Amino acid sequence: MQNLSIYASRLVDKAEPFAPGHRACIGCGEALAVRLAAKAFGPNTIVVNATGCMEIVASQLPYTSWELPWIHTLFENAAAVASGVEVGLKAQMRKGKIPQEDINVVAIAGDGGTFDIGLQALSGALERGHNFLYICFDNEAYMNTGKQRSSATPFGASTTTSPAGKAQSGQTSWKKNMPEIAVAHNIPYVATASHSYPFDLIEKVKKGLSVKGPAYIQVYSACPTGWRCDTDISVKLGRLAVETGAYPLYEVENGKYKMSLVPEKLKPLSEYTSLQRRFRHLKPDEITGIEARLVEEFNRLVEKAKCL
Amino acid sequence: MAKAEHELTWKDIEIGAVVTEPGNAAIYKTGDWRSQKPDYDFKRCIKCGVCYIFCPEACIHQNKAGFFEADFYYCKGCGICAYECPTRVITMREETEK
Amino acid sequence: MSKRVGVEVSIALGDAVKMVNPDVIAAYPITPQTHIVEHLAELVAQGELDAEYVPVESEHSAMSACLGSAAAGARTFTATAGQGLELMHEVLYVASGMRLPIVMAVVNRALSAPLSVWGDHSDAMAVRDTGWIQIFTENGQEVVDQTICAFKIAEHHDVLFPVMVHLDGFHLSHVIEPIEMPDEKKVCEYLPANTNPFTLHPSKPIAMGDFAPPVVFTEAKWAQEKAMLGVKKVINEIWDEFAVKFGRTYKPVECYKCEGVKNVLVTMGSYSETAMTAVDNLREKGEDIGLIRIRLWRPFPFEELRAVLKGVENVIVLDRSISPGASGTVASEIKSAMYTEKEKPTVKSYIGGLGGRDITVEGFEDLIKDGISDRNEYNGIEFQMVGVRE
Repeated sequence: MQNLSIYASRLVDKAEPFAPGHRACIGCGEALAVRLAAKAFGPNTIVVNATGCMEIVASQLPYTSWELPWIHTLFENAAAVASGVEVGLKAQMRKGKIPQEDINVVAIAGDGGTFDIGLQALSGALERGHNFLYICFDNEAYMNTGKQRSSATPFGASTTTSPAGKAQSGQTSWKKNMPEIAVAHNIPYVATASHSYPFDLIEKVKKGLSVKGPAYIQVYSACPTGWRCDTDISVKLGRLAVETGAYPLYEVENGKYKMSLVPEKLKPLSEYTSLQRRFRHLKPDEITGIEARLVEEFNRLVEKAKCL
Repeated sequence: MAKAEHELTWKDIEIGAVVTEPGNAAIYKTGDWRSQKPDYDFKRCIKCGVCYIFCPEACIHQNKAGFFEADFYYCKGCGICAYECPTRVITMREETEK
Repeated sequence: MSKRVGVEVSIALGDAVKMVNPDVIAAYPITPQTHIVEHLAELVAQGELDAEYVPVESEHSAMSACLGSAAAGARTFTATAGQGLELMHEVLYVASGMRLPIVMAVVNRALSAPLSVWGDHSDAMAVRDTGWIQIFTENGQEVVDQTICAFKIAEHHDVLFPVMVHLDGFHLSHVIEPIEMPDEKKVCEYLPANTNPFTLHPSKPIAMGDFAPPVVFTEAKWAQEKAMLGVKKVINEIWDEFAVKFGRTYKPVECYKCEGVKNVLVTMGSYSETAMTAVDNLREKGEDIGLIRIRLWRPFPFEELRAVLKGVENVIVLDRSISPGASGTVASEIKSAMYTEKEKPTVKSYIGGLGGRDITVEGFEDLIKDGISDRNEYNGIEFQMVGVRE
């Protein structure tokens, strides 16, 4: 199904606002996700980047990988800085200090900068209703500092601060349901996306930019270095995450849920976990336990999309 | 083009250390990170562009004949293009001399 | 000449901000700063001030929103106090490192624990190394004048640094004082438009906030410091211009009856006015004493201080904060300024007025008398604590 749409790849905007020469790891899914999202931004966009992998790989003085106006300040404040950029432009346009035009403000951050340290600033900005798009590129741990667990790390995954050992089997808590937290702010648009479904991703980013008010998109971003997998399967992992129900793709427009893709039958979770060494310590019964919960959550989501 | 970082004096630093040349990181060569290199059998290529879409480096372009191939100045040799290619045009081979 | 009208200093500060016509105000409430931002919110709500008022969810976000707004080229103001300034701490370094001309009123407040909402200089001292320009005020008129000057200083192309205007919590922020509000038209003439050379806009994409590897970090910091070294000259010019236009003169270091004296008291902030009365009283009794007020705390006015301390033998410094395990911060700075001089005065460090504790005229008289006595023992510590119950 995806392959059919793939043939339309030549229709994609050839401009690369996130230029080559960045220093992301080999096979980086997050760099791919940022590249695809940036294609949807258009030239009239200002990017506000939280500290994290994508900031470090793209902004070593005196260079930048960005063709767009770009600002990085700190780890936890991307949403607050974006608030400031948005109101700064708005006020100056209203007062005739700069020309009146549509300028997109996009904040980008990793899962650590979104789920954990940046959650308060994000919540504040969503609640205040700034007209901006926030994209969380979710690689499920603090990869920039050396794969420490975040609240986006899936249950059971081994990281350097949730290691698998004799007394503990990796991450002992469930992935925080961040999109649901965004939805609870009653914002016009929330979605999950993946670099493995590029057209879906690009369309969602465009939609997020087009709504008036805040939008939140969370993008699955495979990390071969942190997940300890082969560098050539980043895209395949993204597909398997969707096909197993581990990372469902959906959107919530004005509170209305819509599944982007529902597999006829979910694949066994082990097809996904067996390719990543962050899960290799898990015994079959542990995988089955995790799978049961993921399937339950997936079904609940599908039901929500049906009834709302 | 900006001076390389080790050549910069304090006088070369713009106010607030801003960078005024958009996309100038493109001078940075990432191709020498590569341990594997894509090798193309264009006879099988259907010019679908899957490789182009999925390249994290944004380094795959269409050549004059319309085939997609990587710019080896940037290609880090991840192998995603080879893995995703529906007609198996690309084989990853060990990098030899650079 | 306009009239002096009795007004609460916080409200007057808000009115001064209105005169400079800011584009964005992002603020979070904290005692004793609230009256300023409430007043600004009111002015915006009534349509008297055309600005975006962003009621953020923390001081960290207040300063972060200010970064974004100033980076987008907007004239930007915020205000905070005590704990709020500390929550902003890491963001403050970014504002100065990125050379963003933000103006912030800091209503000085003690730092917890124990919790205190009352004034001292602990908050201001804790941020002295953040790369901001710091100006201290003594009375309501100075608060108004320095708020207006702060925008002109911050946005000047040879400066482009953020500026803090300090006023003492409650002792200054909440008192009603006779203040002459400058003429709005004259303020408009005095303060040109904000034309930051580097702003975020698609018409000219730039990258702000790159990270610097070790090979270039030193150069980036030296470029920043070189700019800071030129700031004082511009501030003096801007204050001179203010004097011509508005008739009130400001200097980085100001003297009160300190010509030819051997002993001086040094203060910063609103207590200077009480100290003046104490100096007057003691001089009437024949004591040899003058007063020095430090207005510009960062960049520190080394030369100006050395000039006024020429011939002074004994410097009595009142700090309103404590550097635990060391001494008073202002006293340390004065010692370091005078160390290079051939004729070095003794510098005696006193700490008082903590957490809103008043120092009366008599209190200052006692402090000065102690400072000019021959007593010079320090009991193993480097300073004397003023007014502490034993």
